[in-house]
Amino acid sequence: MDFLRPASWEEALAAKAEHPTAVPIAGGTDVMVEINFDHRRPEYLLDLNRVGDLYEWERGEDSVRLGASVPYTHIMEQLRAELPGLALASHTVASPQIRNRGGVGGNLGTASPAGDAHPALLAAGAEVEVASAARGTRMIPVDDFYTGVKRNALRPDELIRAVHVKKADGPQQYSKVGTRNAMVIAVCAFGLALHPGTRTVRTGIGSAAPTPVRAKAAEEFLNAALEEGGSWDNRKTIAPSVAQRFADLCSAACNPIDDVRGTASYRRHAVGVMARRTLTWAWESYRGARRATEGAA
Amino acid sequence: MRVTFTVNGRPQEADDVWEGESLLYVLRERLGLPGSKNACEQGECGSCTVRLDGVPVCSCLVAAGQAEGRDVVTVEGLADHARRRSRGDSAGTPLDEAKGWRAEGGTDSRAGAGTGLAPVQQAFIDAGAVQCGFCTPGLLVASDDLLERNPNPSDADIREALSGNLCRCTGYEKIMDAVRLAAARRSEGV
Ligand SMILES: Cc1cc2nc3c(=O)[nH]c(=O)nc-3n(C[C@H](O)[C@H](O)[C@H](O)COP(=O)(O)OP(=O)(O)OC[C@H]3O[C@@H](n4cnc5c(N)ncnc54)[C@H](O)[C@@H]3O)c2cc1C
Ligand code: FES
Ligand code: FES
Repeated sequence: MDFLRPASWEEALAAKAEHPTAVPIAGGTDVMVEINFDHRRPEYLLDLNRVGDLYEWERGEDSVRLGASVPYTHIMEQLRAELPGLALASHTVASPQIRNRGGVGGNLGTASPAGDAHPALLAAGAEVEVASAARGTRMIPVDDFYTGVKRNALRPDELIRAVHVKKADGPQQYSKVGTRNAMVIAVCAFGLALHPGTRTVRTGIGSAAPTPVRAKAAEEFLNAALEEGGSWDNRKTIAPSVAQRFADLCSAACNPIDDVRGTASYRRHAVGVMARRTLTWAWESYRGARRATEGAA
Repeated sequence: MRVTFTVNGRPQEADDVWEGESLLYVLRERLGLPGSKNACEQGECGSCTVRLDGVPVCSCLVAAGQAEGRDVVTVEGLADHARRRSRGDSAGTPLDEAKGWRAEGGTDSRAGAGTGLAPVQQAFIDAGAVQCGFCTPGLLVASDDLLERNPNPSDADIREALSGNLCRCTGYEKIMDAVRLAAARRSEGV
């Protein structure tokens, strides 16, 4: 095994171009488990810890450009206002020690259907910025990034530079089912974001299909129902029948499996429950936001 | 490969390190510092917790080469780390002393060396928070870090900070007591 230690982003891309089989290692919280248990013996390890750019973030007009290696701890502590859904999801990852090392770049690299960043990114709206020495930068909409179980749209010579996540323009929620609060790989998970600017609701489902997915039919149904009821303006409570239909459509978007963590039917059920709850929480805070502004006026 | 880094305030070198080796392995097997424990090698138990550039991490999940040029504090250097924090002067813990670490060495003539106990270590003993002791080094490093960041943690803060450290013996209550005790002593200036 060779240990490649690029000191800059350009050097990292050059190393990846020269050794396309090299396995990048950022926080190591996925890679090292595989090496420790002899599940993986890469010819080259490509250490990204010295590439400072990957640990930085920039707040833009509409989105945050989040460096691939920014650890979850920083997302939770420093980007909660801009990226509330991702901050909530980050807080559910493993433990403080893991959150101090692991980040969204590694979560995307592994592309596990159980990765907690994915539902939050799908719900918020995000693009993955990847680059290669040969072809430069390309942007991949996060919806197109997940191509199969633990497969993603990266080419062998590419690295993830950053994720551009839309800044929240409304309440966001994240919910996860597991056996306890810490150190839990999701049985299933659900992210939801209200986008009052575009009058849309977006979702993300984790661990309930071969890849993280959006519940598109559920979103379309809810967007139409909210439009029809004038709800974005009058901010009336969402009718229980609408919330239930939304929940059912979210369950229907799942394509889960039975495994040690849960059965397919349990997952479908739990996704429905989380969909209804997160919608209620988010909508109530949207309504509360208006009450707060009115109170101040 | 060779890895050169700072361990407990002193520069160290490890030779013949395999590229896929973990920092935990280098600390235990190459530098002879067995304080950090190896229980799961998959980030689940926290018994291998060390500070890497000040940040608590599972050393079993850090590739040895990633520690190159960086600063590591292990449980063996915790007393010295605590002293440095309160006094701002200490020469670090030499490897031979870290290897020969004994809890009783508090009044060692080589003042400032790595022997003796950090306040959080004393609190674990006084509160009876140690049974088999396997989880203890990781819990000490994590608790010390918590108290450094947050001298008056709530119970929820303590649970959160220690949520990555498993203990199969104590049922955690005495560990909670120990951290509360360390915090209380510190605020009383004991
Ligand atoms: C005990 C434990 C509990 C866990 N719990 C959770 C959990 O609750 N939720 C969750 O989502 N995950 C969990 N994980 C998995 C892991 O922590 C996350 O997937 C984390 O986001 C990985 O980030 P990393 O930087 O450590 O990745 P690494 O291990 O460094 O890399 C992961 C993968 O991504 C690739 N990669 C990394 N950076 C780049 C880049 N810039 N460009 C291209 N490829 C890249 C690597 O080659 C590798 O294939 C857990 C892991 C452990 C050990
Ligand atoms: S040995 Fe590292 S977390 Fe268990
Ligand atoms: S004292 Fe035995 S594992 Fe904690």
